[in-house]
Amino acid sequence: MPLELAETSDPGAADQEYLWTLNFGPQHPATHTTLRLVLTLDGENVVDAAPHIGYLHSGFEKLGEYLDFNQYVTIVDRMNYISPIANELSWHHTVEKLLGIEITPRCKYVRTILGELMRIHDHLLNVGAVALDLGAFTAFLYAFTQRERIYDIAEYASGQRFHSSYTRVGGVLFDVNNDWAEKVRQFVEGFKPVHAELHRLLTRNRIFIDRTKGIGVLTAEDAINMSVTGPLARASGVVRDLRKDEPYLAYPDLDFKIVCARGGDCYSRYVVRMQEMQESLKIIEQAVENIPAGPINVDAVTDITLPAKPAVYRSIEGLIQHFEVLMPNRGYPVPLDEGYGATESPNGELGFYIVGDGTTRAYRARTRPPSFIHFAIFPHLIRGHTLSDVVAVLGSLNIIAAELDR
Amino acid sequence: MLAIGEVQSEFGPEVAESTFRDNRRLYVPADKAYALLAWLKQARGFDMLVDVTAVDYLDYPDASDRFHVVYLLLNMATKERLVVKTALNPPDPELPTVVPLWKGADWMEREVFDMFGIRFAGHPDHRRILMPDEFTAFPLRKDYPCKGLGERHNFPVITRSES
Repeated sequence: MPLELAETSDPGAADQEYLWTLNFGPQHPATHTTLRLVLTLDGENVVDAAPHIGYLHSGFEKLGEYLDFNQYVTIVDRMNYISPIANELSWHHTVEKLLGIEITPRCKYVRTILGELMRIHDHLLNVGAVALDLGAFTAFLYAFTQRERIYDIAEYASGQRFHSSYTRVGGVLFDVNNDWAEKVRQFVEGFKPVHAELHRLLTRNRIFIDRTKGIGVLTAEDAINMSVTGPLARASGVVRDLRKDEPYLAYPDLDFKIVCARGGDCYSRYVVRMQEMQESLKIIEQAVENIPAGPINVDAVTDITLPAKPAVYRSIEGLIQHFEVLMPNRGYPVPLDEGYGATESPNGELGFYIVGDGTTRAYRARTRPPSFIHFAIFPHLIRGHTLSDVVAVLGSLNIIAAELDR
Repeated sequence: MLAIGEVQSEFGPEVAESTFRDNRRLYVPADKAYALLAWLKQARGFDMLVDVTAVDYLDYPDASDRFHVVYLLLNMATKERLVVKTALNPPDPELPTVVPLWKGADWMEREVFDMFGIRFAGHPDHRRILMPDEFTAFPLRKDYPCKGLGERHNFPVITRSES
């Protein structure tokens, strides 16, 4: 006998407020850093998302007005702490543009190698963390083992693993030697099989593709209109890479390709990052074999670079030179002008707008942080997707909260 | 390459030009800023707004205006960059928003408001972005000290028993 069902539908349901509000963060394992999203949910679908930021705001730009061009590099390090040396390069690239200094060829090559190592460093974390959020734990561990090797290389060059503060105005802190170059070569050789392994783990992994393909699509027009740069823009088919478009450091001498994709979704961003690591390896391989001999800092008589540490500790001339550069009432001539300089950081266009007022401190040190600009598009990307896609999209944007809030 | 004569014939001779290293700058009066930016985007192909920022020239040598708002533009087709600067003065520094032209300007303008107190008329979501909503000062202005004005002491402290 068929069961007679009671009427359960609610006649007022259409008028009822049925949207949920969900707080995602500021402390949540999948946000990786401190940021907060207020999600409006219809069942499992995300109707809208409102990012709230500022939890890590620590006034970096204000500090930039009180620290000199060499000191501020320690703060710049802490912006995108996933690839610290990439930030240092960008900061001193702009400072050197303001001062009108041309750095030595050796310095250009060393900075290029470290910049590309940082790109691998950043992309490895991103690829690993996206996979981790989507449930693939192994890739994350593979990626982190290799990141440790890069930390070793940074430590060998600068004495610090994490916040290396390696670059200086007109040069770097210490010169590198053949052992360091050998370490870079060993890393390149050791990294190739791991990169292939990561490919095998993820690129054709059915679950990974289902979770990322067609999720968070950004069209090329939107990417340009919303100021998106870097791997995100390239994954949407925007052919833009400052290393090619506005060549700096040793990039004009080196052979590499810009990696682009058409999809604009999370999967395309993953593919672009994986492929960029391969291109970075190519750059490092070429650069490490061709590091020019000669001085690494611009000539000390220009009074801009700090003298080598042995000279400071063992000779009176070196000591005086050191004080001449650092003392607040001495320093070197800085033009009364302002300029914008940008480099291609792993995350996108990282630029600085520096106003010089004649002293060795910046009058204004504006950062153009790629994470900040990329996080602004998050609501646009997530609308209409499900709650489980939030971590996929958030991961693919590679938001670093320290850079986001500065 | 954008010719300055072309800009001046369109917007009058007040639009000035200067160059520093590879930066090319246009100075425009605040009342013509939006029209110039719209023209640059629609007629001259500057389709990407790289950044919006501001500088407070309070104690800068030989400065005549208090604030400059700086728009960094980029032409994606020709890879040409252009800096557009416009001067503003207290008590009510205000500019029209450029969000209708570039959606990316949303958060950048909010940050300029948060840090400098420059208002953007017509902005769709005109709130503070980095500082808490209770905050009343504008921290990147030059008359704001590096160590703060003591606002942190006035924030309510939530004790363990209340939480």
